[in-house]
Amino acid sequence: MASVSMTVNGREVSGDVEGRMLLSSFLRDDLRLTGTHVGCDTSQCGACVVHVNGEAVKACTMFAVEADGAEVATIEGEANADGSLSVIQQAFQDHHGLQCGFCTSGMVMSAAALLKENPKPSETEVREYLEGNICRCTGYHNIVKAIMAASGQDVAAIAAE
Amino acid sequence: MYAFDIERPSTIADAVAALQGEDAQALGGGQTLIPTLKQRLAAPSKLVSLSGIGEMQGVCVGDDGAVCIGGATTHATVSREAAAHYPGLAALASHIGDPAVRNRGTIGGSLANNDPAACYPAAALASGATIVTNNREIAADDYFQGMFSTALDEGEVITEVRFPVPQAANYQKFLQPASRFALVGVFVAKYADGVRVAVTGASENGVFRWAEAEAALSANFAASALDGLTVDADGMIGDLHGSGTYRAHLVGVNTKRAVEAAS
Repeated sequence: MASVSMTVNGREVSGDVEGRMLLSSFLRDDLRLTGTHVGCDTSQCGACVVHVNGEAVKACTMFAVEADGAEVATIEGEANADGSLSVIQQAFQDHHGLQCGFCTSGMVMSAAALLKENPKPSETEVREYLEGNICRCTGYHNIVKAIMAASGQDVAAIAAE
Repeated sequence: MYAFDIERPSTIADAVAALQGEDAQALGGGQTLIPTLKQRLAAPSKLVSLSGIGEMQGVCVGDDGAVCIGGATTHATVSREAAAHYPGLAALASHIGDPAVRNRGTIGGSLANNDPAACYPAAALASGATIVTNNREIAADDYFQGMFSTALDEGEVITEVRFPVPQAANYQKFLQPASRFALVGVFVAKYADGVRVAVTGASENGVFRWAEAEAALSANFAASALDGLTVDADGMIGDLHGSGTYRAHLVGVNTKRAVEAAS
């Protein structure tokens, strides 16, 4: 067992974990932060995307001990301090950027990472950035639309087929 | 996953010491190794994470003009920090996997694994890079020894990779869209003393140099110089994504595209 401590959504947390414990398991099973979803568990689908030191990573493909000392941000930390939805979350709601919702936490965390490094992405850039996030409902058009809207761009021209 | 111990040293010396134990295994970004462990295809007794070693991070330019990349540098960092010095290499790094994978996966991990469809081996071989380890320097021509096989000894750690910067270079990756590896990838690099062409994704022996194309392009750096040149389909990987003949054909197509994009 190894002891780990990290900051998750601004809160100091620590625990004793096995070497093989994944960050996704630490977040979900130990911290009970079940907003981070595990879809494929093979680093394909991106439902488990969280931010580690500000960078989007797949929490199912990183060990908890590798996040020792890191600042971790999950979907639970996305909303505003007063509990209202963040700009990205609100845009997903406004533009129907989710159907079953399983991929949504990963989509929102990837979108947040994208808009931080590229505040006004083109539609192509959004689609390329989401290469590692899979929506089993195939609701990509509205996800892309929501992210474009969250970046403050006019989305009327984006097809909604 | 089977159980294992994990250590996270902060220096190369400590990492090398920790790797002396039996069945110890270095862990780079884990983007290949962790899925492998999940499938129980590997059972190390101990993992030594290299991600906390500051002296193995980052991109710099050496006195000889070569771009030096720390072994634990992520693909995302290479794509950002190498762009001004070696744009062809940075472009390759920016298309490995997906953004989240690029934030974890490292150049040293990729080269140590030597997946036959990985991108970095093509860049290292085409650039005549030097793979620097904790105890020696290995020329790329001597380093790659077949599918998943390298010149590294047990417990040896890639601390840095040095890339001589070419006059022109380009990497063309024919994407295998499910895995995001190269179905076939070709890296062309033009140096003052000749052109080097390295092919990944195609051969059952892993990354290789296409000597005939190098000779033709060294004489005339134009896509038309490749007219009539073909790669033997014998020994090419054939699977449900593409036959050996198809891959051999793609080698020619991608090489032409790389030359056109580089010139």
